[in-house]
Amino acid sequence: MELSLYERMRNKLLKTADNFKEKIENVMYMGSFDDDFFDELEETLILSDLGAQTSVKITESLRAKIKETRSKSKEEVMGFLKEILVEMVQVETEKPQLPTIMLVVGVNGVGKTTTIAKLSERYKKEGKKVVIAAADTFRAAAVEQLDEWARRVGVDIIKSTTGADPSSVIFDAIGAAKARKADILICDTAGRLHNKVNLMKELEKISRVINREGDGFSIHNLMVLDATTGQNAINQAKVFHDCVEIKGIVLTKLDGTAKGGIAISIIDEMQIPIEYVGIGEKSEDLIDFDPKKFVDLLFE
Amino acid sequence: MIFEGLNEKFQNIFSQLKRKGKLSEKDIQEVNREIKMALLEADVNFKVVKQFTKNIGERAIGQEVLSSLTPGQQFIKIVKDEMTTLLGGEIERMDFVQGRQNVYMMVGLQGAGKTTTAAKLANLLRKEKKFKPLLVACDVYRPAAIKQLEILGDELKIDVYSEHDVKDPVGIAKRGMQKSIEGHYDLVIMDTAGRLQIDEALMDELVNIKEAINPTEILLTVDGMTGQESVNVANEFNRLLDISGVILTKLDGDTRGGAALSITYTIGKAIKYIGTGEKLTDIELFYPDRMASRILGMGDVLSFIDKAQSMMDDEKAKELEEKFRNQDFDLNDFLDQIKQIESMGSISSLLEMMPGANKKALKNVDLSGADTKKTEAIILSMTQEERHKPGIINASRRRRIALGSGTMVADVNRLLKGFEQSKKMMKQMSNPSMAKKGRMKLPFM
Repeated sequence: MELSLYERMRNKLLKTADNFKEKIENVMYMGSFDDDFFDELEETLILSDLGAQTSVKITESLRAKIKETRSKSKEEVMGFLKEILVEMVQVETEKPQLPTIMLVVGVNGVGKTTTIAKLSERYKKEGKKVVIAAADTFRAAAVEQLDEWARRVGVDIIKSTTGADPSSVIFDAIGAAKARKADILICDTAGRLHNKVNLMKELEKISRVINREGDGFSIHNLMVLDATTGQNAINQAKVFHDCVEIKGIVLTKLDGTAKGGIAISIIDEMQIPIEYVGIGEKSEDLIDFDPKKFVDLLFE
Repeated sequence: MIFEGLNEKFQNIFSQLKRKGKLSEKDIQEVNREIKMALLEADVNFKVVKQFTKNIGERAIGQEVLSSLTPGQQFIKIVKDEMTTLLGGEIERMDFVQGRQNVYMMVGLQGAGKTTTAAKLANLLRKEKKFKPLLVACDVYRPAAIKQLEILGDELKIDVYSEHDVKDPVGIAKRGMQKSIEGHYDLVIMDTAGRLQIDEALMDELVNIKEAINPTEILLTVDGMTGQESVNVANEFNRLLDISGVILTKLDGDTRGGAALSITYTIGKAIKYIGTGEKLTDIELFYPDRMASRILGMGDVLSFIDKAQSMMDDEKAKELEEKFRNQDFDLNDFLDQIKQIESMGSISSLLEMMPGANKKALKNVDLSGADTKKTEAIILSMTQEERHKPGIINASRRRRIALGSGTMVADVNRLLKGFEQSKKMMKQMSNPSMAKKGRMKLPFM
């Protein structure tokens, strides 16, 4: 099981991996580790969406390491680089204590609703009792979209009409989750750009309702990020994290991007673990994220 | 704020330049390096950044700057010129053909905003070009995508062609075209399902739709926040479909605009429209020079005036001017004005077009529609007499109004005070000595 997941991730991510390793090898090709090499390495990392800040950090660590060991071998330097990345992506993960409430947040169009569908199917298969709350009352047909998923997956859904107050939907959903003795309540929210003050306030209100009403439940908020987003993803994560405490990140659409780099940069800057990655449209395409294996793949 | 981070960086770089009386070659190289980092951090494609800074360097080190009396200004001008070129140079309008069918096909990744943009575009072109639009729902994959388009169409009173429980987008597209001919629609917009550019089966499907309906425009919708990947996406869609233009969405986020600056240069296709907000009127024509001004923090007054004019009703404006002069302006007019501003889009999207608008100060100001709603509720809870003569609103009336509108007495007080202040301001402005200096003609002044 574990192996097949890894294999699938590898197949889907082959493009990411190929690209990354190939590029790094191209930089190394020059054979000498001088300033030009570090400049070019930095550029390569930026090109892979690692962001200027993280890229500088990585090249500086590598520079120090090479100076310390006086290494001249390409293989060794490649190994150092990998070590640095592996160390960078190690953050503590926290498994949600059941019963739990998951508030799923993110900007528009990152795949929140689809992720929720995949998550609920996965938990249901594990034998958990799942209830989902359709609190995206803003976008046209968002409730219908989630409703359709709930029907397909076969989980309970608590919903209201478009335009309703999302906090009230959450309030009702928590009541229902308690009454039905649910293990996991997953709450969908409307996509919002993180610089819209009023919409972020709405999210704060939802979060307050959860804190107040959700006695007996642990709170495990998830943020969904689109892997094709550039460095803006970090801004998004920071602002959302300030607004509601994010416990884990779901990185979607990782199958399309040739740059998995944002994964590393997110973990480095936010110190929040990526819990799942989405590598396709099917429900089994949401897989556990293993940071170390991810780095392994980049260098395979 | 659009391009917030980038424009801050540029303002910093430029302010250093302005202080210098003379620019050496070394200064220019230094500045160029800073520009390079700023653009890279903004997710601008690496190749584009290289070309851009190279062009600037060549022009600046040549005669243009060094011999100029105000080298700083001259340098800034070069940056603006080059950025305009990067963004496509001349504005490229859509190919509209009156009297025959215009068929647009919306394509792009998942979550880029195709469905919303399709509806926005239909609404805009109906208003501006008097088209009779038909939306066709070809997204058969995402649950409720068809429903979403139907709801948007319903809201805008635009017809939607859809088929439920049919999994054949090519067939739907064909039958949609049939219906558009029968119904004499002269603008057809096809919404397609989002897909990754590397998904061969789904990309083939787009090619088949293209062949079946022979669209006049294929518009690639791209999320303005996309990173280095934007170039690959654009390249691949363009290679397979030969797209005719790009629509950038979500530019009301705090994206630094890497996608905007990279795509046109890379695939040589123009950005035609940009999406700037959640409202169905938040779509604008893309002007490369104006966008360059915005990125460089020079403001964009022209777009602001366009927007005001497109929303202004001439008759009403005259009537209002009359009222200003006669001091007849009452709370009903006040409400009208507020609503008119609101119909122009979100206030923050307007403010950011202003030159010198302090982005940092604006960042934490809540300029949402929530306040407008409150104001509206308060005014609507007043009697006609109260609205016309706010002077009669005493404490007990205030309490009643607050109760009726679900607000606090303090909110009512604030509104009345604000109204008095704007009345005072108007008095000053319509006073003849001011009038000579040129009266403001914006609808809300």
